[in-house]
Amino acid sequence: MKARVRYDKRGKIRFLSHRDLARVWERTLRRSGIRVAYSEGFSPRPKLSFGLALSTGYESLGEYLDIDLHPEAGVTPEELPALVSPHLPPGMTAQAATLLEPGTDSLQAAVTSSTWQLEVLGPDAAEMRGAVEGALAAGSLPLTVERKGSEVEVDARPGIVALAPLDSLDPDGLPADDLRAAATAGPLLVAELATQPRSLRPAELLRALDPAWREGRVLRTHQWTTVDGARCEPIPFGDLGARAATSAPHAGARAS
Amino acid sequence: MADVWARLEPHLASVQKPARYIGCELGAEVPAPAPHRVGWLLVYPDTYEIGLPNQGLQILYEILNERPDALAERSYAPWTDLEEVMRREDIPLFSVDTHRSADEFDVVAFNLSSELVFTNVLMCLDLAGIPIRSVDRTAEHPLVGAGGHSTYNPEPIADFVDFVVLGDGEEAVSEITEAVSAWKDGGRQDRQEILRTLAGIEGVYVPSLYEATYLPDGRLEATRPIDPAAPEKVEKRTIADLGEWPYPKQQLVPLTEVVHDRLNVEVFRGCTRGCRFCQAGMITRPVRERPAEQVSDMVRQGLRRTGYDEVALTSLSTADFSGIEDVVGAAMDDEVGCGNVSVSLPSLRVDAFTVGVAAQIQKARRTGLTFAPEAGTWRMRQVINKLITEEDLYAAVDSAFSQGWRRVKLYFLTGLPTETDEDTLGIVELAQRCLELAKAKGHKGSVTVSVGGFVPKAFTPFQWFGMNTEEELRRKINLLRDAARSKKASNIQLKWHDPKASLVEGLVSRGDRRLSAVIEQVWRDGGTFQEWSEHFQLELWQKAMADHGLDMDWYCHRHRTEDEVLPWDHLSAGLHKDFLWQEWRDALDEVGLEDCRWTPCYDCGACTGYGIEHVVASAVPPAGGSQGTGQDLQRGGEVPVTLLPRRPAGVGA
Repeated sequence: MKARVRYDKRGKIRFLSHRDLARVWERTLRRSGIRVAYSEGFSPRPKLSFGLALSTGYESLGEYLDIDLHPEAGVTPEELPALVSPHLPPGMTAQAATLLEPGTDSLQAAVTSSTWQLEVLGPDAAEMRGAVEGALAAGSLPLTVERKGSEVEVDARPGIVALAPLDSLDPDGLPADDLRAAATAGPLLVAELATQPRSLRPAELLRALDPAWREGRVLRTHQWTTVDGARCEPIPFGDLGARAATSAPHAGARAS
Repeated sequence: MADVWARLEPHLASVQKPARYIGCELGAEVPAPAPHRVGWLLVYPDTYEIGLPNQGLQILYEILNERPDALAERSYAPWTDLEEVMRREDIPLFSVDTHRSADEFDVVAFNLSSELVFTNVLMCLDLAGIPIRSVDRTAEHPLVGAGGHSTYNPEPIADFVDFVVLGDGEEAVSEITEAVSAWKDGGRQDRQEILRTLAGIEGVYVPSLYEATYLPDGRLEATRPIDPAAPEKVEKRTIADLGEWPYPKQQLVPLTEVVHDRLNVEVFRGCTRGCRFCQAGMITRPVRERPAEQVSDMVRQGLRRTGYDEVALTSLSTADFSGIEDVVGAAMDDEVGCGNVSVSLPSLRVDAFTVGVAAQIQKARRTGLTFAPEAGTWRMRQVINKLITEEDLYAAVDSAFSQGWRRVKLYFLTGLPTETDEDTLGIVELAQRCLELAKAKGHKGSVTVSVGGFVPKAFTPFQWFGMNTEEELRRKINLLRDAARSKKASNIQLKWHDPKASLVEGLVSRGDRRLSAVIEQVWRDGGTFQEWSEHFQLELWQKAMADHGLDMDWYCHRHRTEDEVLPWDHLSAGLHKDFLWQEWRDALDEVGLEDCRWTPCYDCGACTGYGIEHVVASAVPPAGGSQGTGQDLQRGGEVPVTLLPRRPAGVGA
């Protein structure tokens, strides 16, 4: 039986790397007394699969993990969050878990975009608004990236699903515990960025908008997938998740 | 500024491995400072990855935090990239637990496990805003302490530390806390007053209350107390019963990868195998075993609490633990691990019994197997009193290859007293025979030979020995490299320690107070993280020595005579100096000494001097016990014919 778990990562723990996160989860599950299926072979490891890596230093309101439970684990996915959360490091909570039907797409394959909040260091609010309007109006947005050791120019524009200064959005549509209180060193930007076919990273977006800008705090607020033609989160969590599934909070700024 | 975090946080995304600096480990304490609590900042002056697992520091961290009148937090040396940021942004050294600034603590105490970290102590003090020399500190500054194996000769850092704890810290930290607490209650007036009080605590050495004088030829004349509060001789601290100290109870579980990343349970402290090169085995006597039941409890509870799937049973020679098989069996069968718990024994005795235990415990994940014969010939092993017979060694390796291991790692020292080229080359010869054993089992096998340059240490029988020069060590390594290049040795991987680093380790290990100025200059010239090969710079040390008119050869390569006053003669690890001298003479005569756990006491001083005894559950040596106990040592160098049909018997004797 496989379970999909949704959890957050906030505060000091955001400096934990994706690689370290796997080990933290393995130990957390053992501490929680939850038996996990192990791989076969010379060096058996617990069967856990993680979704899209969150860069070291970024925070998130919704990360995902698929756990292959041991046949004798004796727990239902619904029971998992309460069992696991007390054993997670400070700043991480298991929010929800669901049973994963056999044949469900992996997280890597299922998630098509993420919504981010970025604290932008460099511009003032007006400069940032201007750049956002310019980028949304542009047909293409050149971005230099490094591929296999050489620099190539790609178009960042298709990777931008939605883009808006945070202060232009309806505050009721934003997560309550987002960056608004914590990040005050620059204007906040909300961006939905594609993860398929090519992913556009928050740092790349900023570079495409203005190479002189730097990122401050960065928070992933949502990951998006499509089920039966409808856009939704892999596991909706809380009122906002349910609402966001039907109408994106920043629909007004959606790119065509 | 109270909380450094707000200033540190914006920079963490731009340094390597920022998780080193966030704390948040399972088991971390977030103690609330209060005027009545003596605040200790326990510093391991190396990277977090090296320092976090240190059991000594974790034990004291818990003991102090259990006391209502104390609190303890931890700090580690920031890597060079963060140090640069901290200096640029004026961010002080901080604790990882609450990110408070180091100068808010009453005591800043360093755990020193290696001489090469001494320059990092200065880096940490300076980042903390504490004057690096104790003479420049006032009553406002924290007290600066040190402990750990490398402080048995604390003279090279005598100018920097206010006090040193010799030996086990479990009891001493509480007595120091009480003294500092009283001093704080009294308004924390006179720094000299608290130093005098500390000097009266057993095991505590206050260097500033002593004066070192030198003879015209440069040798030490004496180190004498210059204050009535300072004892003539400072004796080390020894806890009598490890069973009374089941620490750490809440071992820290780091979030990011560190060395020894597993549950560690100390099964005994001390070792009486009597290897003459081994400082740890000399200064930690006597042997004090933890009751087997307590070990099993600590393993079971530790696995549940931490979520680790590996436990190491630590000591200086774990296969010697009475009832090792039962303890290992209990750990393996632990239901929490669901059969996936692996047990590791970090220091294996060399014999077939040990390999049997290893085979039993490494069912889950079988990595390489490591043995430490330390020397390539029986003659040399008699000199160093590492009494492993050839028969035991080959039986161990044969057993390892029979039981499925493909890779065996062997540790050796070179540059030992009386070592000839035949002894040196014996290392490769021994490794070749191990390969032949693999071949006899029908597979190739591989042997990794790891060679370190021998560094004489204080309170060992070799403390009088003039160590090999860098050139001589390099020549011996080259001998080994040439020998390992031969066709027969094709599956021998040879690794060696940089002789330049051994040289500096040797300099500081037996140095005197005149080296304080050298250490300070090396630090000022940028010489931090000297135990990291990418940062180590011999030139900095050579220049600093020359600038202060000191001679590297004189410190490192000169044999000391019996009447010479050594820089640590006013300190005591419990060992009689005439015992050590006799051992030095016996070494030169190639005479071995048996393990006193199971044979009559030869009065080294460690038990008799302190009125304590060995705590060993078994009255007889362990099954298959090798290394000289109950064996016919006349035949030590014989190679068993059955194992090696291609070699004549008696070779290597």
